[in-house]
Amino acid sequence: MVNLEWVSTPAGPCLVAAISGELDLQTAPLLRTQIEGAWSQHPEARQLILDLSGVTFVDSSGLGAVLGRYRQCVLRGGRMALVGLQPNVRRLFELSGVLRIMEAYNSLDEALPLPREGGGRA
Amino acid sequence: MSGATDGTHPRLQENHFVLEFPSLPANVAFSRYAVAAFASQLDQFTLVDIEDIRIAVSELVSNVVIHAYPDGPGPVRVEGRLREGCLEITVSDQGRGIANVEQALEPTFTTLPGERMGLGLTFARQLMDEMTVTSVPGEGTVVHLVKRPSAAPVQPPAVSS
Repeated sequence: MVNLEWVSTPAGPCLVAAISGELDLQTAPLLRTQIEGAWSQHPEARQLILDLSGVTFVDSSGLGAVLGRYRQCVLRGGRMALVGLQPNVRRLFELSGVLRIMEAYNSLDEALPLPREGGGRA
Repeated sequence: MSGATDGTHPRLQENHFVLEFPSLPANVAFSRYAVAAFASQLDQFTLVDIEDIRIAVSELVSNVVIHAYPDGPGPVRVEGRLREGCLEITVSDQGRGIANVEQALEPTFTTLPGERMGLGLTFARQLMDEMTVTSVPGEGTVVHLVKRPSAAPVQPPAVSS
């Protein structure tokens, strides 16, 4: 459900977490534990990309897990971006208002490397 | 209900179901799938309507799992009814209840800060056409939802001769 990959960028290592399936109360904790585990291996890392193109459903529990990773990333002084939101998933993200604070891109190519300035383009 | 002469029922009139299951996280997905499959019987619902219903049920059942039974899983009851071209859903529990329903309905209010966004009831209310919450502390909570097909044809004006 969560596939993790470290990508080298000029700004240091970037964790790309490709998530698939449904993000709800049952599955959201997996997102948290797996990403926290990966972060602990690279304490110097400051960049996180959540590839949600394989996510087919999200509710407020899933949103909470995504927002939690965002907060964690900001606390580290880093940046986080979302990639590949499917229309139904994007709708709930928009409804919650989190897209006003998070960068979102259509593809991983667009998101990598995370730009130093500017907001999301998707 | 009168059927067609070949024994089929060309237009669904009324139907209902009752589900009861323990308040386990795994049953959140089960309940939203069950209700979505039931709602799909009303073919006026669009895919977006069905998605709205899935999210609302997911939120309400998640709330029961998280809040209603602090000492372990307890019973969750989900009832659905298709009537007069709309879907009614009732999610109820016999848990500890909500001390202040008005406060619980405020966006971002949560009794469990952490990673809970406090948006569950807000989403359910926004995505459905009607929502009422009734709760008695120590006895449980009942949430009633109504969803009408978003693409329902507007009633044509009466033709006067």
